[in-house]
Amino acid sequence: MLYREAGDFKTSYTSDNQTFPIRFDRYGYYFVLGVAFLVMPLILNDYWTNALVVPFLIYTIAALGLNILIGYCGQLSLGTGGFMAVGAYASYKLMTGFPDLNIIFVILLSGLVTAGVGVLFGLPSLRIKGFYLAVATLAAQFFLIWLFTRTPWFFNYSPTGMISAPTRTVFGIPVTGASASALSMYMICLVFLVALAWLARNLTRGTLGRQWMAIRDMDIAAEIIGVNPLWSKLTAFAVSSFYIGVAGALLFAVYLGAAEAGEAFGIDKSFLVLFMVIIGGLGSIFGAFAGAFFLIAGPVLLKIMLVDNLGWATDLAAHLEIMIIGALIIVTLIMEPHGIAALWRTIKEKLRLWPFPY
Amino acid sequence: MPDTLLFAMEAAANGLTAGVMYALVALGFVLIFKASGIFNFSQGVMALFAALTLVGLQSGQIPFAHLINAIFGTRLHYFGFTLPTLAAIAGTVVVMIVFAWLVERYIFRHLVNQEPIILFMATIGLAYFLEGLGDLMWGAEVKRLDVGIPQGMSLAVDETTFNWFGYGFYMDTLELWAALIAAILVGALVVFSQYTKQGRALRAVADDHQAALSVGISLRFIWVLVWSLAGIVALVAGMMWGAKSGVQFSLSLIALKALPVLILGGFTSIPGAIVGGLIIGVGEKLFDFFMGPLIGGATENWFAYMLALVFLLFRPQGLFGEKIIERV
Amino acid sequence: MLDTQPDEGYTTADGRKIGGVAMEMKNITLRFGGVVAIKDISFDIRWGEVRAIIGPNGAGKSSMLNVISGFYNPQEGEVIYKGYRRPRMRPYQVARTGIARTFQNIALFEGMSVLDNIMTGRLNHMKANIFQQAMWWGKAQKEEEENREKVEKVIDFLEIQHIRKTPVARLPYGLKKRVELARALAAEPSILLLDEPMAGMNVEEKEDMCRFILDVNDEFGTTIVLIEHDMGVVMDLSDRVVVMDYGKKIGDGTPDEVRNNEEVIKAYLGVTDD
Repeated sequence: MLYREAGDFKTSYTSDNQTFPIRFDRYGYYFVLGVAFLVMPLILNDYWTNALVVPFLIYTIAALGLNILIGYCGQLSLGTGGFMAVGAYASYKLMTGFPDLNIIFVILLSGLVTAGVGVLFGLPSLRIKGFYLAVATLAAQFFLIWLFTRTPWFFNYSPTGMISAPTRTVFGIPVTGASASALSMYMICLVFLVALAWLARNLTRGTLGRQWMAIRDMDIAAEIIGVNPLWSKLTAFAVSSFYIGVAGALLFAVYLGAAEAGEAFGIDKSFLVLFMVIIGGLGSIFGAFAGAFFLIAGPVLLKIMLVDNLGWATDLAAHLEIMIIGALIIVTLIMEPHGIAALWRTIKEKLRLWPFPY
Repeated sequence: MPDTLLFAMEAAANGLTAGVMYALVALGFVLIFKASGIFNFSQGVMALFAALTLVGLQSGQIPFAHLINAIFGTRLHYFGFTLPTLAAIAGTVVVMIVFAWLVERYIFRHLVNQEPIILFMATIGLAYFLEGLGDLMWGAEVKRLDVGIPQGMSLAVDETTFNWFGYGFYMDTLELWAALIAAILVGALVVFSQYTKQGRALRAVADDHQAALSVGISLRFIWVLVWSLAGIVALVAGMMWGAKSGVQFSLSLIALKALPVLILGGFTSIPGAIVGGLIIGVGEKLFDFFMGPLIGGATENWFAYMLALVFLLFRPQGLFGEKIIERV
Repeated sequence: MLDTQPDEGYTTADGRKIGGVAMEMKNITLRFGGVVAIKDISFDIRWGEVRAIIGPNGAGKSSMLNVISGFYNPQEGEVIYKGYRRPRMRPYQVARTGIARTFQNIALFEGMSVLDNIMTGRLNHMKANIFQQAMWWGKAQKEEEENREKVEKVIDFLEIQHIRKTPVARLPYGLKKRVELARALAAEPSILLLDEPMAGMNVEEKEDMCRFILDVNDEFGTTIVLIEHDMGVVMDLSDRVVVMDYGKKIGDGTPDEVRNNEEVIKAYLGVTDD
């Protein structure tokens, strides 16, 4: 009977409003934070940090962003890869244009630039809805990638067309470039993720979040009760793109180190993040974490199993891998269309009532 | 006549043949969307899969040879016989129909009444699955596909246009054939949906699922039917594109080219798909012809989307859609 | 400039004060393509009264309500609100002038809890900016609590405490209707529009709903415009009634006047041939 809410009375609206109303959840959350900041740095080795943990952190940020747009505001977007590219190229231009600017600000500014671009491509959402909008966001995806590969200014006229991140430091410790250690990469991504997840939680439980959800659930009724559709949709696009831009900047500057738009931010990235959001659960912060973990860890585990243990050829394993991912997506949708988060909620509700379910 | 105009006309004519293909692929989308409300993202991968199957059957490949070899250490590759093209096409049609049945039976039957986005996601999952399956079954290397249609410059077009304008247009015979076959198929589909019993049932389902069910139309049959039709459309598209530039992953991207067509023509309009396809085909060739040299070329990747986007801003209901009256 | 004459109003038989003219519809005509939904209709709504719009199906009642709430813009005519001619507005702007409504087919936000749904009614009273909200800091947090208190009052008033945290999608029909009323009330509107608040309810639920409507009008002095098919309810609840048929106004007055109006009887009962 560890997990219970009986006897856990709320005496003010503040305490009723908190993120984890059940005491056990709250302690669990502090525990996870403690492990992430204090224990993980001690036990992580380079392989796991690179293969699993850092991509997980970065893609969770992107999934949080896309979840705000799709899960909370109900605007379907397939342009995530393009927006991540905006973040990446903005950070590259800022890093090379202003070598003295701290990398933290570079990444935040890249997020802001992406937010601006996101608003621009979000404008059609005022007139068009659903799949029409989804296809329209593909315009962003293809146009942005084309722009970044065809305009030499964006990659500083480098002959390969690649952008590569110079070394930048936080408190004297390099976090980007070749000399950055796995640990510093882990820490900077973790800090960004925790901060952004906290902000996302606040935004989605407040007035703005309710406006977004109202638009998502019934846009006409929302407008009649006083929600300004222009403002809600564009803020959703802006906030979402900010997150995705930060994720793109981190992916390029911290994780990849070098990138080429079509290669690193193609349409498959859009789908990858979309899968995370759907598998994890639309309209759920936890879902973004769960979905990102599922889709980052899954392929890594498969690869270890097939290539390292069974000795298969890499390409064969890759084919089986995308087949399995596709099948998993379909199976998840059939079993629980609202994703891992919904599954988790059901389990928690059962736990609350346990051992007296009626 | 000034040369630029002639070159532009040549580009437009080539765009027209490409446009017919876009229209065909878009029709595959429209059929499924009309009948089931599913925005089938796997259409392009279906084309790739169909083309791979066709090549595989033609050349007598052993399915899953690589997988079997990896597991059992064997060295299997070919059965050692080849099939005539027509038999291989027939075989592929059968495969696509079985595929349609499987999709209905094991995926969408379990997703009835889900929100459109869930169905859409399922088709993306299906696209991934099918892509992996195709590669696993037939191998991922680029394959040559020969269905007996000649390639290279069409002398007839060259000669005719030379006689008319004093300048011979370059058009590929294969593309002309592809356009012709696609046009015939488009015509057949229109006739099918307008004048046959099944076509009428299909349109009834598109109009109102519940009402169609209550007069005794089998939804499952209709779903298998539209997925089969989409499979055949995919086969034709895969065949033509595969013959032109080899059967490889990029073939699955033709579906992406058909999406702006859908926006332009509307997701549920058959004439919209046809006209939209032609507009996009001609538009992107002309745009690249005039603007490409100025802004760095390869504009075909995004021009269609931008055109569709701008168009939507002025006419959200598409070319042939009715004006939307919102109510509460 | 003031278009309407100052008007003292009157006191009803049960002692409620009815004020001057709150809103005046002047020669409203609404068309959809060739179809005329509302044809040259004029009437007024006074502060504090319960004003009913009745009529057979397809008479244009809901369209009228949609005109008042700004969802439809009429091709002709004008709406005089609080003494001023209302310019062409988007629906959300109209909502901000103090007009709230419920819908004929429930239009709740199905993915949200009852509490969140009712909180959306408070949107126009919440002013914290996006950064304050993101940090959950200062104004944002204070506002959230103040408005939560207001919402809790509405919840108490409508007796829906027990379903506060339930997702709306799980509620039965009758309760959904009540939550929708709560959402509209939470906005503290000057004029409350109710589109068939009792449609599809059983007798007991209807009685509850009647009581709530009267209480709202009584306790908060809210002006109410409602569409309803149940004649008994309309005659009991309303101070004045507008009768519509085929987009035209065929009657206007107190329930008694309307009941005896020849044309209204004809529209409702058909012409007796004997």
